[in-house]
Amino acid sequence: MSTHKESSSHSRWREFLRGCLDEAPILLGTMPFGLIYGVLALNAGLPAGLAQAMSAIVFAGSAQFIAAQLIGQATAGVVVVVTIFVVNLRHALYSASLAPYLKHLSLGWKALLAYLLTDEAYAVAIVRYQRDAEAGHAPPFQHWYTLGAATTLWSSWQVATAVGVFLGGSVPASWGLDFTLALTFIALVFTAVRTRPMWVAAITAGGVAVVAHGLPYNFGLLLAAAGGILAGMIAEAQTGVAQRRPFPNP
Amino acid sequence: MEWLPVLIIGGLLTFATRLSFIALLGRFEAPEVVTRALRYVPPAVLSAIIFPEVLLRDGVFVTPWVNPRLYAGIVAGLIAWRTRNVLLTIGVGMAVFWALGWAGM
Repeated sequence: MSTHKESSSHSRWREFLRGCLDEAPILLGTMPFGLIYGVLALNAGLPAGLAQAMSAIVFAGSAQFIAAQLIGQATAGVVVVVTIFVVNLRHALYSASLAPYLKHLSLGWKALLAYLLTDEAYAVAIVRYQRDAEAGHAPPFQHWYTLGAATTLWSSWQVATAVGVFLGGSVPASWGLDFTLALTFIALVFTAVRTRPMWVAAITAGGVAVVAHGLPYNFGLLLAAAGGILAGMIAEAQTGVAQRRPFPNP
Repeated sequence: MEWLPVLIIGGLLTFATRLSFIALLGRFEAPEVVTRALRYVPPAVLSAIIFPEVLLRDGVFVTPWVNPRLYAGIVAGLIAWRTRNVLLTIGVGMAVFWALGWAGM
C-alpha cells in the first residue's frame, strides 16, 4: 500500500516537472513582455504596488498592458473593468477546449487551473492532452503536468513584473516605451487573424476605433470591438452562403 | 490605491471567463453563435487598440507623413506577418520609431 502511494506521488512530481520543462522555452518570449509591462505601468503613473498586484490579480499580459494605459489616462473605472473583461474573453475558448480533459477533477482543481489559464499555459497543455488522446490513453496525473506548466509561467511573470517595476522608475518617458503596447498588439494580431472574416473584423474594429475615439471614457474601444465582431460574423455568414451555392466558381 | 477594487473586479471577471466552460461542462452547452462570436474577439479588440495608438496623438489625428509611429507600425506589421515573432516585431518597431525620432520626425 505504501509502495503504491510512494510511486503515485513520484509520478505526480514527475508530471509536474515535465510540465515545467515544456513551458520553459516559452518564458523567453513572456519574461521580456512582463518586464516591459512593469516599466510601462510605472511610466503610465501606476504605483509600484498596484502594478505588481495586477500581475497576480488579472494575470493576463495584453489586458494588463491596456489596463495600465487606461488607468494612466484616468479612464472611468467601469470602462477599465469592461475592457479587461473583453480583452480576456478569448480565454472562454481555451476553457471550452480544455473542459473535456478536466471533467473528472474536483472543483478546487478546476478553479486552480482556471486561475492559471493563460494563452501560453493553454498552448502547452492542449498539445499534451491531444497527444495522449490520440495515443488512446489518459495518464491519471495529467493535471499535474498542466499545473507544472501553468505555475512556471505564473512565477516567471511575477518575477518579470517585479524587475520591470524596479527598473521602471529609471526609464524616462521620452523613450516612448508606451509604443511597445501598439507594437506588441501588432505582433499578436498577425497570429490571431487566420481567415478572411477575421481580417474584416480587425479592419472594421480599427476603423470604428479611430472614428469613435472622441467618445468619453474610451467608450469607443468597446464600440469598435463590438462592431468588429459583428462585421466578422456577417462576413463569415456571407462566405458560408457563397460556399453553399452549387457552382461557386463557374 | 483607489484602482485596486477596479482590478479586483476585472480579475474576478477574467477568472470567471477562464472557469466558465471548465466548471459548466455537462450542465450547459454554449450556443453556437456565442462560440462563433468569441473567435472574432482577439482580432477585433487588438486592432481597436492598435489603430488609435498608431494614428492619433492625444486624441488628434497626426499628419501621416510626419508620424513616426505610422512608419514604425507598418514595418512592425511586415515583420510580424513574415516571422510571427513577437520580440523581433517589438525590437524592430522600436528601432525604427527611435531612428525616425532621432532624425527629427
